[in-house]
Formats: sequence, C-alpha cells, structure tokens
Amino acid sequence: MRYLPHTEQDIAEMLQVVGADSLDALFSTIPEACRRKNDLNLPEPMTEWELNAHMAALADSMAAAPHYKVYMGAGSYEHHIPATVPFLLGRSEFYTAYTPYQPEISQGTLQGIFEYQSLVAFLLGMEVANASMYDGASALAEALLMASRITRSKKLAVSSLIHPLYRRVVRTYLGPGDFEIIELPYCADGRTDFSQLTSMDGLAAVAVQSPNFFGCIEDLSLVSNMTQGSKTLLVASFTEPLAFGLIKNPGSQGADIVCGEGQSFGIPQSYGGPGVGMFACKKDYMRNMPGRLVGKTHDKDGKQGFVLTLSTREQHIRREKATSNICSNSGLCAMTSAVYMASLGGTGLRELARLNYDKAEYLKDRLCRAGFKIPFAASTFNEFVVQFKPGFDTTYQRLLDEKMVAGLPLSPYYPELTDHYLLCATETKTRKDMDRLIDSLTA
Amino acid sequence: MQEMVGTTGLILNEPLLTERGRKGRCGISLPRRDVEYFPLDASIAGEGPNFPDLSEVEVVRHYTRLSTWNFGVDTGLYPLGSCTMKYNPKTNERQAALPGFAGAHPLLPASLSQGVLKMMYDLQGFLAELTCMDAVTLQPAAGAHGELAGMLIFHAYHQSKGAPRSKIIVPDTAHGTNPASAALCGYRPVNVQSNEQGVLSPETIAAVMDEETAGIMITNPNTLGLFEENIQQIAEIVHARGGLVYADGANMNAIMGIVGVGDIGVDVLHLNLHKTFSTPHGGGGPGSGPVCVKTYLEPFLPVPRVSEKDGRYFLSEDFPQSVGKLHGFYGHVGVMIRAYCYILSLGPELKKVSQLAVLNANYIKEKLKDTLHLPYDRPCMHECVFSDKNQEAEKVTTLDMVKRLIDYGFHPPTIYFPLVVHGAIMIEPTETESKEDLDVFIESFKNVVKDAKENPEMLHDAPRKPKLRRLDETSAARHPCLTC
Repeated sequence: MRYLPHTEQDIAEMLQVVGADSLDALFSTIPEACRRKNDLNLPEPMTEWELNAHMAALADSMAAAPHYKVYMGAGSYEHHIPATVPFLLGRSEFYTAYTPYQPEISQGTLQGIFEYQSLVAFLLGMEVANASMYDGASALAEALLMASRITRSKKLAVSSLIHPLYRRVVRTYLGPGDFEIIELPYCADGRTDFSQLTSMDGLAAVAVQSPNFFGCIEDLSLVSNMTQGSKTLLVASFTEPLAFGLIKNPGSQGADIVCGEGQSFGIPQSYGGPGVGMFACKKDYMRNMPGRLVGKTHDKDGKQGFVLTLSTREQHIRREKATSNICSNSGLCAMTSAVYMASLGGTGLRELARLNYDKAEYLKDRLCRAGFKIPFAASTFNEFVVQFKPGFDTTYQRLLDEKMVAGLPLSPYYPELTDHYLLCATETKTRKDMDRLIDSLTA
Repeated sequence: MQEMVGTTGLILNEPLLTERGRKGRCGISLPRRDVEYFPLDASIAGEGPNFPDLSEVEVVRHYTRLSTWNFGVDTGLYPLGSCTMKYNPKTNERQAALPGFAGAHPLLPASLSQGVLKMMYDLQGFLAELTCMDAVTLQPAAGAHGELAGMLIFHAYHQSKGAPRSKIIVPDTAHGTNPASAALCGYRPVNVQSNEQGVLSPETIAAVMDEETAGIMITNPNTLGLFEENIQQIAEIVHARGGLVYADGANMNAIMGIVGVGDIGVDVLHLNLHKTFSTPHGGGGPGSGPVCVKTYLEPFLPVPRVSEKDGRYFLSEDFPQSVGKLHGFYGHVGVMIRAYCYILSLGPELKKVSQLAVLNANYIKEKLKDTLHLPYDRPCMHECVFSDKNQEAEKVTTLDMVKRLIDYGFHPPTIYFPLVVHGAIMIEPTETESKEDLDVFIESFKNVVKDAKENPEMLHDAPRKPKLRRLDETSAARHPCLTC
C-alpha cells in the first residue's frame, strides 16, 4: 500500500527495539475478551485507477451543472468559482495543517483567518467576527445560546421565514435546555410579521433572516427600533452573503449578533457541506462568543504576527463552562471564502451582487409576463416564490426530464403553500437558459 | 548525525490584504451582463463593504506567500498527539472535486442524487463494520458535534424511559470537548481520576455511578495512549444502574481491526474522519464526526437518515424518536467522500494501518524513554506521553523544548495535555511515517535535550529559524485586536 512506508525489514527491526515478537504482540495490553473475533469484512483495496472509475460513475449519476440547469437556492447557491480559488486552497501548507496552536509555523493560516474575520466583519457591518462555525444552521443555534447567556433569558422569538432546516437545528440544540421558542408568523408581502413583539417582554433575542427563506429582504431596523431600550438582542441570520454587496448590511440596521452560511463565496455546494458558518457580533459581546478567534500581536523582535486568542472562553481551558463545545471549525472553507472575497474586491462584489439581483428580476419578470403568479410583493434577492397552477408537479417532472430543476416545492416546509415553488437564478444562469425555462413552463 | 532537516531560506514578507490593491481592480472574471438593470428599491440599497480591490496576480501572490509560512503534513512530520496527522491522499481530493459531487445541490430529488446517497450509505456500512456497531449517522460536522449528538441521544434515551438524569461521568484525561458537549445537554460532569497505571479502575466508577447519572464518556485508547483495559467491567457497572457508555473515538487509529468497540459494552461511539480516515485538517477544519450506535439507540439518531430499498437510495425522516437535525443539510459530504475513498483504497489493510501506527509510537517511546521522562512505562497504543521532569534542573520546560524542535524541522507534539501529566509531551507519529524519518525525529529530540543541558538560554529563545519568533500571546488577549 503506497501510504504505508514500512518494509518487512523495517518492521522486524522496529519490533526488536520495542521487544515484541510480532505486530499482534503490540496489543498485549488489550484483554483477550476485548479483541475482535472476526477479520474486517471490507471490499478488497482498489487501485487508484479503479477508484477513479468507481467515483466517476457515482459522480456522473448526480444532477449538476453544466448538464442540468438547477433553479434551486434555499441555502445552497450555485455561483461561478474562479480557477484561482481551488488552486490556492490546494496549497497543501494550508490544507494539511492543523489548528494553528504553534503560531511560529502557522502564520499563513493565522494571517489568512485574521483577514477572513476582517472581511466578514466589513461585509456584515459588525465589529468582530470569529474564525468560523460549522455552517449557517449551527451558527444560528450558537447565536441564540449566546444571546441567552448574555441576557439570562430563555425566551426567544424566531421568524418563521428563517430557513426551515435552520429552525430545526435550533430546536435540536436548544431541546434539552428548557427554552421557550416563539415563532413569528409572516405577512402577505412575504416578510416577517413583527406585530406580536410589542406584547412580549423578557426576550433574549429576536432572530430574523434577511434575505429570508422566500428571498424577501426584511427591514431589520424595524426590529432594532422595537428592542431598543430593552435587553433583547437582534440576531440576524442569512443564507446568501452575496446580498450584502447590494443591500444594507445587518450591522447598519442595529443587529447585535449576525450569523449565516458563507457557501456562496467560492465553496462548492457538495450536497450541502462543508460550507462555513460566519459569525459576528458587537465588540461588547466578544467574550461571550463561541469558537476560535485570531488576534494581532507581535513576536519577541517586535514583528507583527497573529495568534489564537481569548481562549479562556473555549472548551480546552474552560471545559464544561466554555461558551461552546466547538473545536474543529470550517477553517479551510473560511479561508476559501476569504480568497473569493479578496478576488472580488469591493467593486467586484457590488457588481456581481447587482448582476445576481437583475438575473432573478429578469426571471421573475418573464414568469409574470407568462402568467404565473408572484405571491409576495416585497423586494427579493436571488430567489423568490412563484405560485403555479394546481397540478404543477407533473410539469415539474417533465422539466426534470428536460434537465431543468424548476425550484424547490415549498409545501413540505409550509403546508399552506401548495403549488408554491422557490426559484433561484444567480449569475450562472444566462438569459438564454431562463428563456428556455419559460418556454418549457408554458409549453 | 545527518544534516538537520530544519533550515532557513528565502521567505517573502506580505502585508495584510487591506494594505494591498487599488480601487477599481478586480481579480475575478465578471460574468457577462445579458439582462437589463431592473429598478432597485432605494430603501433596501446599501453601500457594499469596503473590501480592497486586487488583481488576480495580487491575490495569487498574497496567498502563495502566506502558505509558505505554514507547516503541514506535506511539509514534514507532524506528531500532534490525539490529532492523528497522517498523510492526506491526493486522489481523495480529486474525487471530492468531481463536478457531479462538488456541484450537487442538497435538496435535489433522490432520483437525481443516487451517487452521493450510495456513497453515504456504503460509508455508513463500512464504519459499522469497522466498529462492530449497528447503525451510523454521518451528519455531525466534527468530533465535538458528534459528542453533542451522542449526548442528545443519551438525553433522548433517558427521556424515553421517563427518567431524565442530571450527571455524567468524565475522566480527568478526557478532551475538553467532552464536558463541554455534555453541558450543552444540561449534564453536570462528575470528574473521575485514572489509577497509577493511567487507566480507569472499575471501583472508581462503581463509587460514583448512580441512578442520577446518565452514563460515562470514555476515550479509548485514552489520551495517555493507553487502552482502557477495564472497559467491559466499567460498562457492566454503568449498564447495571441504567446508564449508557459513550466512547470518544478520537483515538480509533490504534484499534481498527483489533477491537470491536461495539462488542465491549460501548453504546455510542463517535469517529473523526479527519483523524482516522485521512481527510485533511484544513488548518482547523472542516472535519466530520460520524456517530455509531447499538440497535436499541438507532431510533434516536439524527434525521434525515440515508436508507435503501430495492437498490434505490433515499433520505428518510420517518424516525419519530430522533433527536432531530444537527446540520443545515446532511453534514460534511465533501469530507465523507474523502474518507470513503480512503477506505476503498485500503479495505482490510486498515488493520495494518493500526498495527503500524502502534508500532511507530512504541518505537519512539522505547528510543526516547532514556532521554525524556516517561510517566507511564508500559506498552502504548498509537501515541506516547512524556514530560519535562528530567529538565527541571535546567529550568527548561516542555514549551522550550518543542519550540526548539521547530528549528530542527519538526512540528511540535501536543503539549500540556493530558492535564494529568505535568508538562506533558504527547507524541503521535501515525503509520504514514517511515522508520528513517522517525529516526531523524528521535535523534533531533535527543539533540534538543542535549541543547537543554548545554545551553538552556538557546531553548528559552527558540525557535530561531521560522519567519517569526515566539509571539506575545498575553498582550493579544489583554488588548484584543481581531480585525484589520
């Protein structure tokens, strides 16, 4: 096996040093009763070339671009990934390193993550960001736990237009903890109905996603105005960070904690993971944050350098009193998103965000003209809800055969929304692609 | 001695991203605008962030230079104990990047995602076979996430018996994630100490186990690199009082094909695909922390679960007792693909992997035990733990020695962990290191100890060869500066 360097002679020499007769004898401290009774029943090893063929066959069975046109977003977005991004992340000094516990020989990771934290903070309009969480969903759950620690309240208001799968993760994390979670309904325009908030007190947080699950842009300042003067924190969630190249960021609207999924920024969709949980907050709450933080410092000679810092919050020091149990995060994906953000730059981000907005608006406009209903009037980014005629599922199936996925059916998540579909168009869809979709829909 | 591996060479300085670039540059090929501008409501429009604008060349140079300041497994021996820094096979990277996988949307209908579902289903089966457990979830995103899943399963199990419990037994050698994960489920950790042989005694567990205790979290092999040989008696004690046994599989690399974890009283086990199954650590992640359980705990596993019927694979939510969802979608599929490829490349040879991992660790232990203090002198598993006790007279610490080791061209071992060994030096070479490379490492460590005797000042000053010298962590924490 090419990953195992030992020759028979090496093994013999080493066994002699160790004082064992055989490789099996190395396990003498394991009681006989604990030994495995049978040999490993696994397939015979594949050669590299057999593996290539096997994996190619599996991958080919998947519906993905360019063969398929997938008009589905809902937390996982198809964007172009420049060749530079995987190329730079393929530097094995980055990807074969561990968490940077030894800063003298980890400055590449440390400066890279420090820059990631900075770019995320700029993007979201926040003062500090951490070195990443697993994904957008677990970041939201951790944000709510953090808000609860800060306010010492276990009562939370959560918009029903936060990604339904994220809300399920929140319920799992908070399940054993005796929390009260109130779901805020949505209005006819596709945005959250905050009217109930006025009659609630003692809330730890109000959690809102913008753009929300329907693609609609929420007015976060409405919430921060309502919570002003109370202890309640505004937790802003997101699934599409590209939006903040065009729309107001959550920080400028008074968010206290901002968390979301950064997959859109140069990270392949990979059937849902790994992505990156972006996590930022106001500086006042920094010591209550979960996850790792990289800070600037200097070395013995006074040269600028970076280290992991404020680790007294973390599990390896605080154990059961830590702000989170997280250890491994999504470091390499965080770095990927930083390379992507650096490649776009401020000017490129603005332009790409606007292009995404206009692509989706084009599709929306053509669908309207073709007689389909857009039920929610609020402004959207990248994705929006369409109401098709009853029995649309047969058309949906026909489009699948034509290698087009016409959005995500919403009724499994919102039973009242039968025949409603969430459609997404990013910069990867050409006008021609979208015209073809309209033609097929109306055929 | 042959020439030292560590040397110095030309390394380039590189400023922060924000100190680079000029407004108006762009490092990306912007897609063609083939649609018109549509009206944008002024009330939602923002400024956009003030990112630096860089050309493609600037971005490439920036990150290439940063990468040269890092040490990875591909650079050299990376003997971080409990982290299993084995070689990350390149073919695995290639397979995970195949367009069909990389471009797959997680909410595609099952009929259009058979390849990835089959991969997940088969991987679950392989992991069950390797551990002698009955059912597997791949959803947890890392080891600590797997621990959380495990504790949620404990919680749901006791709840289903109508008798929730409040405490959990955690040995003093455990990773910090264990108590932190248990605390998320409201469990109060009860700390227990290992005996003078470095393992848990059944009597210790019997003394604390009661009907208020949900169970035990046990790392086996433990973080001293020793097999918890009383595991079966301990499991009996815990089970007799209605508790469950959780095994932290961070150290699984020692026992593949040797121990069937499911046959020795363990009810729940997490694995780290980024340790045992060769997926890269990525400078901190992403990892993947599958959880394996016995049949009676299967109903509590996270949903959705990957199932199969008549050769077709699908995701099923039909498990009413499930603890719920832990990840927005199904976990780190890209990491699973790599681990799946690793298992397919080795098959039954995974047993050899563990044998050689244990051989390498014992070889280092034997060769260094006259140089460094060895607190537990007995056969180890995949890692061995020394201390700085022999260097006390020279006032040289573990930290000093491992920083000097950097100058010799090696990544330091894990230090000051486990907490039960004062000044611990925890070395895990893994099976992918050759005898020659181990010999150079051993000789280098001996030289470090010699340096400590002859010139302790040099060690206090180490390292000298990397781009930066020791960093001021105290001032970083006292005056946090977290953004440019």
